[in-house]
Amino acid sequence: MRISRRSLSGLLLLAPALVALGTLTLYPTVWVFWLSLHRRVPTFDVNRFEGLGNYMFLASDPRFWKAAQVTALFTILSVALEVVGGVLAALALRGQQWGARIALSFLLMAWALPSVVTAKLFEWLYHPTVGLVNFLLGGVSLNWLGDPRLALPGLILADAWRTMPFVALLCYARLIAIPTEIYEAAQLDGAGGLATLTRITLPLLRRILLIAVLFRTLDAIRSFDLMFVLTGGGPAGTTETLTVYAYRSLFQAMQLGLGSAVGVVVFALVMLVAWGYLRALRSEGVVA
Amino acid sequence: MRNARCLGVLRDGLILAAFVLYATPFLWQLLTALKPEGELTMLPPLLPSRLTGEHFRAVLDQSVMLRSLGNSLGVGVITTVLALVLGLLGAYGIARYPIPGKAALLLLIVGGTAFPQIATVSPLFLLMRSLDLRDTWLALILANTSFALPLVIWLLLGFLQEIPLELEEAASVDGASRLRAFRWIVLPLLAPGLSSAALLTFLFSWNEFLFAYTFTATEASRTVPVALALFPGVFEVPWGDIAAASMLASVPPVLLVIALQRYLVRGLLGGALRE
Repeated sequence: MRISRRSLSGLLLLAPALVALGTLTLYPTVWVFWLSLHRRVPTFDVNRFEGLGNYMFLASDPRFWKAAQVTALFTILSVALEVVGGVLAALALRGQQWGARIALSFLLMAWALPSVVTAKLFEWLYHPTVGLVNFLLGGVSLNWLGDPRLALPGLILADAWRTMPFVALLCYARLIAIPTEIYEAAQLDGAGGLATLTRITLPLLRRILLIAVLFRTLDAIRSFDLMFVLTGGGPAGTTETLTVYAYRSLFQAMQLGLGSAVGVVVFALVMLVAWGYLRALRSEGVVA
Repeated sequence: MRNARCLGVLRDGLILAAFVLYATPFLWQLLTALKPEGELTMLPPLLPSRLTGEHFRAVLDQSVMLRSLGNSLGVGVITTVLALVLGLLGAYGIARYPIPGKAALLLLIVGGTAFPQIATVSPLFLLMRSLDLRDTWLALILANTSFALPLVIWLLLGFLQEIPLELEEAASVDGASRLRAFRWIVLPLLAPGLSSAALLTFLFSWNEFLFAYTFTATEASRTVPVALALFPGVFEVPWGDIAAASMLASVPPVLLVIALQRYLVRGLLGGALRE
């Protein structure tokens, strides 16, 4: 193969990035597949090839299916809440004459916080005896993070709080780009507030919302920090997502093979969702 | 007319109140950080009798938190510089040169932006261990840089494609070298793109938890999120100190985002949207 001088210069420019991605992303990706085909428990000095053994085990592992279910529930509910909250926040922000800068700063702040900080904020809010949430609910003594029925809703609420600004910021940026003439024309035609919202504003937000939902769905599937720090997967595994299950298998049970297999599942899930979603977006003409 | 104005002010006030309510989790933690120790275990009252700096002082007196702030800052700054340099070179190469296999490369880069950390944490852990890099900044810098790189390249590529090639060609007709054209024409036009890439990379690195938690074992090598997650409590949870520490952990990212907010939205879209 003849490579022209110009492509050589291009490759030279790309080389450092390719080396970094090759050694620290691609190579580990191949390696994790390879690891997932092994039974590897360093504490007992076990390291042998097992083929698809780990995957067969997962297929009949109730804990894995439970984690998959928690991941699906967390992703769907959290993204739904973020989208509704984000659109409302963006609409509220656009209508504001004064105070919009402060409101915007609050959104930016919540989004920029490290997720470990968010976990700590909500751990304190959910405190059974001196937590603000129970106080505001009229002095009830719910054990939010310790009750198997409340822990997942509590976690989802914390995640929606953290990521709602992402949707809000994108929608707000789109809203302020809509020319006011459109609204003036609608008003002349006698369209009311609700009709303007459903006929003009929401359709114009459609594209950006589809993209926001894609990004957020991928983020929700692979999120780890918040649940790991807030609930650690408990109580009774009710908040154990696939990522937490992978981590605990890898570094708490030291089952490197099994944990890697769960990691591969998360990887496949993310790529599958991204691929399916992009196909859908393409047929909608949202992305090229 | 006056009535309508009053109504508008009232509505704005209500909306702002709703946003303050939204920010309550953060504001409550701030208040907790400033509450005297004895008042933390009672609710009501909502408001403390006085404000105190004792929790901030306690946190800053521990070496752990200061040390971790330094670690996070060091790792974050170096990661950002490295990812930007590698990303800029790579993006320029892709945008301006005929690279064989460009389509596959672009797919890899887009796929890379969606990569789950949990999938590569086990091989990276083994890699860092065998290279004896555990508990070092280098381990975190390498892992974070490679993780941020796809987004940086993708983002800069989007910005580069908007800079007309004719500008650079015109400069070379005037006798400027490719490097000079890059330095004096491309780079200034790329400043907003570089700003948003830098902002997102630094935020990612500052907030990153999984790699930092896995690749560090000693207290001295912890970053801020890890130090916060493993905050020491002897007999009971030191809520006031945790609140103060989480405020310290939040200052850099929050200030940065508010200061650079106009570069944020385009960055968040990662060049996905072309209106």
